[in-house]
Amino acid sequence: MSDKKLILSVRDVKVHFKVKGGNDWPWTPKKTLKAVDGVSFDLYEGETLGVVGESGCGKSTLARSILNLIPATAGEIVWMGKDLRQGSEKDWLAVRRDIQMIFQDPLASLNPRMTIAQIIGEPLRVHRPELSSEEVMKRVRAMMVKVGLREQMINRYPHEFSGGQCQRIGIARALILEPKLIICDEPVSALDVSIQAQIINLLKELQREMGLALIFIAHDLAVVKHISDRILVMYLGREMELAEKHALYDKPSHPYTRALLSAIPIPDPKLERNKVIQILQGDLPSPINPPSGCVFRTRCPLAEAQCAGERPELRRLSADTQSSCLLA
Amino acid sequence: MSLLQVNNLGVQFQTPDGLVSAVNGVSFDLQAGQTLGIVGESGSGKSQSVLAMMGLLAKNGKASGEALYNGQNLLTMSPRQLNAIRGDRVSMIFQDPMTSLNPYLTVERQMTEVLELHKGMTRREAKKRAISLLEAVRIPEAARRVDMYPHEFSGGMRQRVMIAMALLCEPEILIADEPTTALDVTVQAQILSLLKDLQRDFGTAIVMITHDLGVVAGLCEKVMVMYGGRVMEYGSANDIFYQPSHPYTIGLLGALPRLDHDGSELVSIPGNPPNMANMPKGCPFSERCTHVSELCISTLPPLAASAANPAVLRACHKAPQELKPSVEVVAHV
Amino acid sequence: MLFRSKQKAVAEAMAANLSMAAVEGRSPWADARERFLRNKAAVVSLILLSLVVLACVFGPMLLPHSYEDTDWDAMAMAPTWHNLHLFGTDDLGRDLLVRTLIGGRISLMVGLMATIASVTIGIVWGATAGFLGGKVDTVMMRIVDMMYAVPYLLIAILMVTLLGREFYLVVLTITVFSWMDMARVVRGQTLSVKSKEFVEAARAIGVSTGSIIFRHVVPNLLGIVVIYTTVTVPGVILTESVLSFLGLGVQEPMTSWGVLIEDGTGVMETTPWMLLFPAAMLSLTLYCANYIGDGMRDALDPKDR
Repeated sequence: MSDKKLILSVRDVKVHFKVKGGNDWPWTPKKTLKAVDGVSFDLYEGETLGVVGESGCGKSTLARSILNLIPATAGEIVWMGKDLRQGSEKDWLAVRRDIQMIFQDPLASLNPRMTIAQIIGEPLRVHRPELSSEEVMKRVRAMMVKVGLREQMINRYPHEFSGGQCQRIGIARALILEPKLIICDEPVSALDVSIQAQIINLLKELQREMGLALIFIAHDLAVVKHISDRILVMYLGREMELAEKHALYDKPSHPYTRALLSAIPIPDPKLERNKVIQILQGDLPSPINPPSGCVFRTRCPLAEAQCAGERPELRRLSADTQSSCLLA
Repeated sequence: MSLLQVNNLGVQFQTPDGLVSAVNGVSFDLQAGQTLGIVGESGSGKSQSVLAMMGLLAKNGKASGEALYNGQNLLTMSPRQLNAIRGDRVSMIFQDPMTSLNPYLTVERQMTEVLELHKGMTRREAKKRAISLLEAVRIPEAARRVDMYPHEFSGGMRQRVMIAMALLCEPEILIADEPTTALDVTVQAQILSLLKDLQRDFGTAIVMITHDLGVVAGLCEKVMVMYGGRVMEYGSANDIFYQPSHPYTIGLLGALPRLDHDGSELVSIPGNPPNMANMPKGCPFSERCTHVSELCISTLPPLAASAANPAVLRACHKAPQELKPSVEVVAHV
Repeated sequence: MLFRSKQKAVAEAMAANLSMAAVEGRSPWADARERFLRNKAAVVSLILLSLVVLACVFGPMLLPHSYEDTDWDAMAMAPTWHNLHLFGTDDLGRDLLVRTLIGGRISLMVGLMATIASVTIGIVWGATAGFLGGKVDTVMMRIVDMMYAVPYLLIAILMVTLLGREFYLVVLTITVFSWMDMARVVRGQTLSVKSKEFVEAARAIGVSTGSIIFRHVVPNLLGIVVIYTTVTVPGVILTESVLSFLGLGVQEPMTSWGVLIEDGTGVMETTPWMLLFPAAMLSLTLYCANYIGDGMRDALDPKDR
């Protein structure tokens, strides 16, 4: 990785929300919900980082904090050597040219009252106002072809498309400015299996062609396996493990990663019936009042007394694996 | 006699754009204690087929064919007869537990009501049974939680409450419509292992409707693959997973991201899901099939025993061996 | 590789087959229009209401009577062909058909103007509260709550007794007490649109706040605004009749449906047509407006059915 250029560096980012209980009086002090609680990672040019975790682990909030859609409350987000959290509105506008986002619900992420041409062309309208409308149309058409949409569809509205096609429109919108990084927030979890594969393959193809870096968020380790170089596993706003793909799947270092891996059903009757599933006991603790020490300890099959003490940080176990498990 | 025998089941909906066929010619039988998986993507008609059997179609829907439960046709029953069977002998669980739990009643009240109605138990007996079932679905502190309201449970816990409710009257058939789709993978694993144990302990036959082939692999003996409202392939899990003989099944298996294969490339099925209102004249999959021929476009292939393996029913004009070359390519890509 | 190229060929063949398809998209508005036109009750109501409006606007010009002149030949006369008093005359010998149509003009005018005014205030108020959120939202919506608590008849009586029975006063009174529904609805919709993923997508792209409001949020508010406007019209017309009926409407000899109905009620035993015709016109208008409102809601918000 060292020969590649570092483009994004996230350091100890926290996103905390002040929340009010339902029965509280107006003067009751608000509680703090720690959606993301100290996450750090680096991202290199052209690389894909998979971010995996179950609902409530803070993966989507983390993605949104990088784009300041949900502002981070602490930490550094360094893009191309510049700390974005100190940046002005103008700096942000420049960053939004380089970092784009693809959303989970393909239809909801497209304005129902706009045509496909208007939707895909909008980033150009914002960032390249000098372009003539013919030029914008030309680029929109070219991009539609690139993501596998027929040019004839250009004046149609989102509701006339299937989920997979809507996601292609979302991808076209994200790519039209030729960004350096695309943050994909569960881009395939709302799609049918046969369409999922189309979208994943399309993203990989476009990545190769345009040299994009991707942050690919998913709740399922099987989906990210096919697209990621490195994978970050999150639980309750914290990092559990950050590892190269092969290291993670071959020898997962964190008990939570192992539980996640064993929980994914394998479409092979003999393997599936004979595998040992490590069932996690209990429910996800509340992010308002997370367990002390390692946040996973309340459900961890290996938990020991020391896990309740100091809060473990990611530490390097080998060249390609970092883990926050004290026992690893 | 089979516990449940479905013959040539069809479902039509009257829409402003005309009559739409959501399900066509679905047939299968289910023996006591057996598990059937119905797999398909959105719009494949998998949910509508079982809703039709349970008399739960939307107002504009109409079922045809027959669904015989112990020899009685569920489709022609009066609502009263159906109610006596539904929830007692055959019960159903859904993707979203909140749709079948009443948010204004405690879990205890909802569970005891069913027992008082179907089994004529007293409230006290019923409550005892409710608690024992909540324990069976591994709800911790069941005796305390039974008095809570549905919203006080987490998503996975709610699904377990619903399974407990479905099992109250020890039904012979449990129909599960995407019971784990809305859940996280670790919670899904909890629910699936629970279903397996319950089936072992209670001997309930299960019809599992899902889009996830992985879920089916672990749980089901028989698998039915549906597409565009029709059965594409029907056989034992081993036959379907190890020797798929329909291009759609083959495509679906190739498109699935999986942990056990190291191939980095997924083989996608081209094109988009079919439009219910505008189905192709021939095979519903013909628009997306890589083996498509003139015959496939013009004529609907019948569901018939496979020449290579008579235990498998398939609806495809091509012989299984004609599909073989690409099967190998799929494995290598 | 063979497999992939074949796959591609099939996909291309498919694309070629489909390329004959229509190029123009159907906007959500076009869809809504079609759904509306399929609703027979709404279409019939629309036609009837148009006839009522046309009759009120042009009828008085075509008829040989004026709304204030007495026909000494025909006092309190039942409907008759004599002198073309099709609806009869009132006890002062004024032609009831013309008076009903003129009254309709006033009622519809009040309805239209008060609706436009209250809808405008409601949209601005609700959208501002919804966009800005936080404390501003709280304060603005509390003001709306307070407005609901004001007994409007009392205030209306006060205003009219102090300032006199004027057309614009009636409009003003009705407006002041009918914008709150719209404000609440628009605020709710603004909040919901604001949290949609496409608005987030626009923010991620870097679209300015102004553009987000005018390109993304406002167009998605229009549906609900249209629905609520069509529902507001009959309510406002009804309020006008109530005010008139209580003697707070326009001044004689000018008239409105409410005034005519009030006049008619007093003499309904002797000259029932004086009550019957204006009341029938008012009911017809309200029925039609309500059916159109229902049709609009079904057309613009098909999920809500």
